[in-house]
Amino acid sequence: MQDTLENIWIIAKREFAAYFATPLAGVFLTIFVALTGAFTFYIGDFFTRGQADLFPFFAYHPWLYLILVPAVAMRLWAEERKNGTIELLMTLPVSPAEAILGKFFAAWAFVGLALLLTLPIWITVNVLGDPDNGIILTSYLGSLLMAGAFLSIGSFISALTKNQVIAFILAATVCFIFVMSGMEMVQNTLRAWAPEWVTSAVSAMSFLAHFEQISRGVVSLQSIIFFLSLIVFALFANVIAVDQKKAA
Amino acid sequence: MTVLVEASGLRKVFGNTIVAADGISLAVKKGEVLGFLGPNGAGKSTTMKMITGFLEPDAGTSIICGHDIQNEPKRAKSKIGYLPEGAPAYGEMTPASFLAFIAEIRGFSGDAQKIRIAAAIDKAGLEGVLDQRIETLSKGYKRRVGLAQAILHDPPVLIMDEPTDGLDPNQKHHVRNLIREMAPDKAIIVSTHILEEVEAVCSRAVVINRGRIVADGTAEDLMRRVPYHGAVALRIAPAKAGAAKEVLSSIGDIAKVETVSKSEGAVQLRAIPKDGKAIATEVAARLREKSVPVEELFVERGKLDDVFRQITTTREGA
Repeated sequence: MQDTLENIWIIAKREFAAYFATPLAGVFLTIFVALTGAFTFYIGDFFTRGQADLFPFFAYHPWLYLILVPAVAMRLWAEERKNGTIELLMTLPVSPAEAILGKFFAAWAFVGLALLLTLPIWITVNVLGDPDNGIILTSYLGSLLMAGAFLSIGSFISALTKNQVIAFILAATVCFIFVMSGMEMVQNTLRAWAPEWVTSAVSAMSFLAHFEQISRGVVSLQSIIFFLSLIVFALFANVIAVDQKKAA
Repeated sequence: MTVLVEASGLRKVFGNTIVAADGISLAVKKGEVLGFLGPNGAGKSTTMKMITGFLEPDAGTSIICGHDIQNEPKRAKSKIGYLPEGAPAYGEMTPASFLAFIAEIRGFSGDAQKIRIAAAIDKAGLEGVLDQRIETLSKGYKRRVGLAQAILHDPPVLIMDEPTDGLDPNQKHHVRNLIREMAPDKAIIVSTHILEEVEAVCSRAVVINRGRIVADGTAEDLMRRVPYHGAVALRIAPAKAGAAKEVLSSIGDIAKVETVSKSEGAVQLRAIPKDGKAIATEVAARLREKSVPVEELFVERGKLDDVFRQITTTREGA
């Protein structure tokens, strides 16, 4: 166990540092902070709403993650396979699960860092008014959890291809489906022909619905379990994908 | 001597039809350097990937220092140093940070880690490039980084897939010296299609073709397969050719005497021994005894190239 945790930590450290070896990290962090700011202040009407909360800030997170998180996840395995370093990694005394968790946590920490850099927005709202900081904290945690779910899907898909562009597009598409599944539009289309349980199952998979709950300050166990179990499931699929595809 | 690598019945089929390895079994003892030969696509890399636990074989397994790579992958892998084909490494890292990562994951920390890294850097000759990104290094240096990574934990088993491929002659020489240096206390497997390398560093050669082992022995054993191996070639003045032939025919260990060529100044004769026996001394002594002047006398050696071609092409149709 000690060994396992240590291996995960060593791999996560290397992977996290790898983000900063290229300009990608800087570009990503800048875009993330700029876009969250733009959405909050311009599109979200932060100033004219006259309310001291971060609702407009968090409301756009699912849509931002849709594009940005697959960009963080795409290189995780596709790059290893393309450069052949997967052969090196998998012949070190490391289990596939350790490698997958290490990489996943590194990517998650990276998105966490991006979220951390949005703290000035939180400071702004506290300067301007008297927001409910409890709700803001749970929203941040919910956002991080949702990012983890996006990432786990992206990591799994990254293991399916050597091409990072394909990994990005596929992951963004799958995440889009997860985000959209709760929308009225999708539900109506389904209701027309699918049995009731399918419609409600699809709606229950909606990232949007679960995240909205959390960002309203309702920390329901159901939503937390939903995101966590999705992460576990996607990472489990990731182990299988790496195992099947590593030599191809 | 202890057997450190024992592969048995390794078989791998890709996509139901391509049999990359078809029941490969081999054992490598401590102190042995096994040259793994074969044409491109013969299954060398696939076999090495199965031995090192990267690929799961469809049948068979490999046992490294008593640990089955399937059942105890971590223990077995910790005993192996592996240089995959093309020496992959994380391009965005520097050799220093890359080796630190490898050392950490191999379980070294503190002073032990520093000592290991320093030793690997020294052996692989990486001093000058420690802080450059690996992706900016030349092919030779990249290979050295891979080599340093493989020997960092001083593994009892060292497996290298084409370690000198694409290196210049000096670099090849350096890598071969390194292999020779490490040989006495390790079991080493080196795949190659450069045959001079086998003669230079390997104590044993295994030739595989179409996923099967087609020859296994020392370089000398392999060369004995060439019909002319050990034959004695003579250059003699035309006037004395008849006398020389007579002398040679009277030697019991000689199977046949051929005339290779006749030119203005000299006749080339070749005496082929029975069962690869050494005949050179006797030939020289007898000719001197009968006072037949010889302009030139040498023992022909089979070329590994010929053996390789013979083994890997003649059996192909079979």
